[in-house]
Amino acid sequence: MVNSRLLGWINARFPWREFAKRHLTHYEAPKNFNFWYYFGSFSLLVLLNQIVTGIWLTMEYTPTADAAFSSIQHIMRDVHYGWLIRFMHTTGASAFFVVVYLHMYRALIYGSYKAPRELLWLIGMLIYITLLLEAFTGYVLPWGQMSFWGANVITSFASAIPWVGKYIVVWLRGDFNVSGVTLHRFFSLHVTAVPLVLLGLVFIHLVALHYVGSNNPDGVDVKHQKNQTIAFHPYYTLKDLAGAVVFLVVFASVLFFAPKMGGFFLEPDNFTPANPMKTPEHIAPVWYMTPFYAILRAVPDKFFGLLTMASAIALMFVLPWLDKSSVRSIRYKGMYSKIAIAVFVICFIGLGYLGVQPVSPLRSFLAQVYSIGYFAFFLLMPFYSRYEKTQILPEHLTE
Amino acid sequence: MTIKEKEPEIDLARRCFLRRATSAVGGIGLAATAVPFVEYWLPSIDTEAKAAPVTVDMSALQPKQQLTVAWRGQPVWIIRRTQEMIDDLPKLNGELRDPDSLEDQQPDYAKNIYRSIKPDYFIAIGVCTHLGCIPTYRPDVGSISPDWLGGFYCPCHGSRYDLAGRVYKGVPAPLNLKIPRYSYLSDHEIMIGKDQSGAEDG
Repeated sequence: MVNSRLLGWINARFPWREFAKRHLTHYEAPKNFNFWYYFGSFSLLVLLNQIVTGIWLTMEYTPTADAAFSSIQHIMRDVHYGWLIRFMHTTGASAFFVVVYLHMYRALIYGSYKAPRELLWLIGMLIYITLLLEAFTGYVLPWGQMSFWGANVITSFASAIPWVGKYIVVWLRGDFNVSGVTLHRFFSLHVTAVPLVLLGLVFIHLVALHYVGSNNPDGVDVKHQKNQTIAFHPYYTLKDLAGAVVFLVVFASVLFFAPKMGGFFLEPDNFTPANPMKTPEHIAPVWYMTPFYAILRAVPDKFFGLLTMASAIALMFVLPWLDKSSVRSIRYKGMYSKIAIAVFVICFIGLGYLGVQPVSPLRSFLAQVYSIGYFAFFLLMPFYSRYEKTQILPEHLTE
Repeated sequence: MTIKEKEPEIDLARRCFLRRATSAVGGIGLAATAVPFVEYWLPSIDTEAKAAPVTVDMSALQPKQQLTVAWRGQPVWIIRRTQEMIDDLPKLNGELRDPDSLEDQQPDYAKNIYRSIKPDYFIAIGVCTHLGCIPTYRPDVGSISPDWLGGFYCPCHGSRYDLAGRVYKGVPAPLNLKIPRYSYLSDHEIMIGKDQSGAEDG
């Protein structure tokens, strides 16, 4: 057969057979993966979507202050299927955060960050930070009011750095105020630097995963156990493929019927061209950044507000060392951990909601309450996870 | 007779020295190479040229009116304060973070209760010191809260300033509004960005 002769020729020169065996047909994964295990592969699918549509958009987009806004209109109205490619990219951006947040939640409830997967979690957190950076730089490109003022507010964060802050802001913006210079460099970062870093991190995330092996809903170690694992290919490739079909149905429904998602995916103020002389009445970042934005606003002091927001993210990095529980999965953890995760979810969603709302005294107070809940989840974890009564961990997987 | 090859001796001290010297020279080279890549991000020569001082004619400005001009791509406000507004300024001292303008947010000639050269003309950069939004001009008494004596209110995060751009206590903005360098060319004409002495904003 020509096919096998060709493969033989390749395998003599490139370790394709070894690679496929090691990472697909003989890569053993726990047999009890459930719904929550779809989101890793979904995020790869969305990443592919972002790269392809991004390359296409770059062909018709102009990164200058004068032409950026109208070049988006040109893509939406004049370019063949430009509207589709752009909405695939904007819907993809929000979808990316949906699947990544669910992927992170999975790690949270099943203790996938615990030893020996701490580094896997840390690389994942770096991916999340890089993704935030990619989303922010991309959001600036349409050069609407929210693009401009978002860039203004976020680059101003650097001004809180003592002594050198104001020089760093000018250096970041390349001008004395956010301008076309800033736009152009964000374009460069968005289409080259940040995606390259992202791809590199995704690669080492997978390398680390395949080295330590996947965790599972029971959090039971399955390495060196018989009948507890199945080959990744064909079993999980097919499972993920079926999941991808459902995911794409949902994705396409949003894409075709609600690409703006009522202002949550594409904000109405961003359909007005950037005006450096007028701030919109109400500035809010896109939904996936609002929990942290609400924490920032909850503190009535610039420096400490930014410090609190930075620590909210920093605490996620040290999660593996805060969890002192003897078991990984929520299924075997005690009552305290279950309550803590419920509180955390309520606070995170609550903060996300408050982050899109205008400031009012009641909302500021609520944001402070939710912020305390958010921090308590992490800071009290060494205590409640150590002293609670856990259930007995089974020797084998339960399903 | 065979010549026995002498076992070469490893001079560890020499290796260590060479490794350190190579790392140091290479490190210095890398740091030096980083300089142009970092400086590339600074405002370019033409961007700096566009940031030159601007001249404004204020003769048409009526009392209580606000004039906004663009300087360096950011709004600079010129407000002609009424006598009543000027008289109200000292009343607020207790509620302000920095009533005496001790922080370096203004040139020396604006370091007074009016934060301006002439009491009636107030010139300030209209950028909130919190996160760079543009506060709104709310001159009417009682328009923000019942005890409001007029001032500036930032719609983004609720920071408040009085009519001399002095920030209130208990709001997220840490500093008074920035006063640019400016000078009077005649009674009603000013140059923003340049002192009487010729010094320019850096």
